[in-house]
Amino acid sequence: MARVIVDVVLKDEILDPQGDAISRALPRMGFTFTPTAIRQGKSFILTLERSPDASEMAQIEKAAATLLSNPVIENFTIRVEN
Amino acid sequence: MRVGVVTFPGTLDDHDAARAVRYAGGQAISLWHGEADLHDVDGVILPGGFSYGDYLRCGAIARFSPIMSAIVPAAERGLPVLGICNGFQVLCESHLLPGALTRNVGLHFLCRDQEIEIVNNQSAWTNDFAANSRITIPLKNGEGSYQCDKKTLDDLERNGRVIARYVGVNPNGSMNAIAGITNEQGNVVGIMPHPEHAIDSLTGPSADGLAFFTSLVKSRV
Repeated sequence: MARVIVDVVLKDEILDPQGDAISRALPRMGFTFTPTAIRQGKSFILTLERSPDASEMAQIEKAAATLLSNPVIENFTIRVEN
Repeated sequence: MRVGVVTFPGTLDDHDAARAVRYAGGQAISLWHGEADLHDVDGVILPGGFSYGDYLRCGAIARFSPIMSAIVPAAERGLPVLGICNGFQVLCESHLLPGALTRNVGLHFLCRDQEIEIVNNQSAWTNDFAANSRITIPLKNGEGSYQCDKKTLDDLERNGRVIARYVGVNPNGSMNAIAGITNEQGNVVGIMPHPEHAIDSLTGPSADGLAFFTSLVKSRV
């Protein structure tokens, strides 16, 4: 079994009102660490029978760039866990 | 004049869009998301709602539906296409229009009557408006904040491709208070507020929205 994890996060220049709302909630809850910014993203966890080969990885990258993320506003990273 | 109105799973405003077409003097043709057939329509409306439950991103899954595989090339050849609210999001996801619609700045879902100014009355869907008309139509969205990179924004502004702007307070954080844009040819228009809900003062805040539909219908009589 292998897991391929695609993380999708808004590009830095795109406003993230959800991340900002989380930033504002932290001090209200008594947390004293103060991140200068919080960006909210999402993860897609693909479970495969085995580690993807080069052709499958290329397909996963294409899926990440077309369906899983919108390249106009989001960046993605792909990592494989065996 | 045959105007197609697309229904995706989760579309809400297809009936109002079809009614608006009929009020404008056109014939409304229902188009089903699962069919790649445009039934010889002269224009297409992608109505508002929550296509595919807004899963993944608004409009992201609708983009890959069979009907969009027919609409995208037809739009690129000049077929008039109007995307309202979720339809605007589908047009951006389909890359028929640049940029993207993201969460409202205040995070709240907004539902109110909104004044907008028609700043381009040359497009296929706005040519029946007088220049710089100010109209009031319903706005109802959670992800209506228009965002794009600076180069795209400059390009839209320089070429008059912003078709409508919010008047007064910018309700959702859209760049340059953009409420609607068009493509280079002026046949594809996306608008976040809802003209199809404002075609008769009995059922809407005004009848101001009707001119979007008469713009198309009158041009092709």
